[in-house]
Amino acid sequence: MVTVLTDVRRARHIAEQVPDPELPMLTLADLGVLRDVTVEPDGTVVADLTPTYSGCPAMAEMRAGVAARLRDAGFGRVAIRTVLDPPWTSDWITPEGRRKLAEHGIAPPNRAPRRPAGPVPLDLSPTRRTVLCPRCGSAATEETSRFAATSCKALWRCLSCQEPFEYVKEI
Amino acid sequence: MSDDHVYLSLAEGHDDSDARWAFGTGFEDPLYGVDTAVPEGLDAAALAADCLALGDDALVLAQRLAEWVTRAPELEEEVALANIGLDLLGQARLLYSRAGQTDGTGRTEDAYAYFRDAADFRNVRLAELPNGDFAFSVLRLLVFASWRLAHFTELASAPDPVLAAIAAKGVKELAYHRQYAAEWVVRLGDGTAESHARMLTALEAQAPYWEELFAAHDVREAVLADLRQVLDAAGLPMPAVPPLPGQGRGGGHTDHLAPLLAELQSVARAHPEATW
Repeated sequence: MVTVLTDVRRARHIAEQVPDPELPMLTLADLGVLRDVTVEPDGTVVADLTPTYSGCPAMAEMRAGVAARLRDAGFGRVAIRTVLDPPWTSDWITPEGRRKLAEHGIAPPNRAPRRPAGPVPLDLSPTRRTVLCPRCGSAATEETSRFAATSCKALWRCLSCQEPFEYVKEI
Repeated sequence: MSDDHVYLSLAEGHDDSDARWAFGTGFEDPLYGVDTAVPEGLDAAALAADCLALGDDALVLAQRLAEWVTRAPELEEEVALANIGLDLLGQARLLYSRAGQTDGTGRTEDAYAYFRDAADFRNVRLAELPNGDFAFSVLRLLVFASWRLAHFTELASAPDPVLAAIAAKGVKELAYHRQYAAEWVVRLGDGTAESHARMLTALEAQAPYWEELFAAHDVREAVLADLRQVLDAAGLPMPAVPPLPGQGRGGGHTDHLAPLLAELQSVARAHPEATW
């Protein structure tokens, strides 16, 4: 029993350290896509991963990364499970992940809108979101594009220091 | 893995321990490790047909959106349309995988995407219409996203847990697509005389295909409410044109689908066993 607990802790620690392929300053744990790590009675390590977006092309890379790290650490049997429910939300990015994003010039997401079940209303009024410039901290910023180099980000610019920056979309 | 040159690294062989992504065939199953059992009492054939049709809608529109790459009016819009296409492609992959698990054939996502002919596709015809100009494309995206969003919102409580999970995830993405498209329709409708006229042309050309969406899944009220809201803000009229008979869901397509598929499927068909 003691061995199993130690194994779980060690496996979890290893899986948590795997970097995200597209935001390599974050670990999969920072990004909130590593949902759980367990050890089956037969010793198989099971890591649960969830995609950020349905089309996230990095999922296969993440799966391979976690499996390779665990095997390298001596775990002979590794299984990666895809978990779709509940869907990923940017709220799962950890405080540590948010700090690292800002440190690398990417503005961390605001809190995702609370959506009650049922029809999603369409709101055409100008979006009021305060996004702080990750370089100078100014709140005088504006969105320049709703989409950016990866599904999870939008493009913004700072009106104070004039620098463009990426913002992780809140979903 | 070599980091010397990005293309050399990508071109290296891969197996389970070093999967590469973003190109080629032979992707891992996107539902890898998901519990694939069909709940007792559920009509598996009907579930598979639903997944296939919704997957076809997404794949075909994703291909149209990808056609904008290198030709969009602004780089930002190109990135936006490509990202939206990528979301839809991801939804298609999940839905095809679910169809393959439930229709009794065990087919992979590649089999559905690359090795079926136009008559076997079940997408609504709105998705396959050529892109036209930017006005035409953003109007189509608005109507498609609004319809699919309302549909997925209902499917999020579908009796099949896998389809429900795919839908619940898609809801967030589709709400974002609808927002992007709605803002462009307002901007163009309420823009210059030229952009207004182009939106009018797009409305007249597309409205005959709307009825088919509601026949496939009736969320008419939700879609028309979105449209009324956007068209009002854009200063555009609700078009009054008769629906065009026919159903892409029944395999009846316009002449535009076959050339789209020919391009989409050409590499996979020329090298059917290839993985790279």
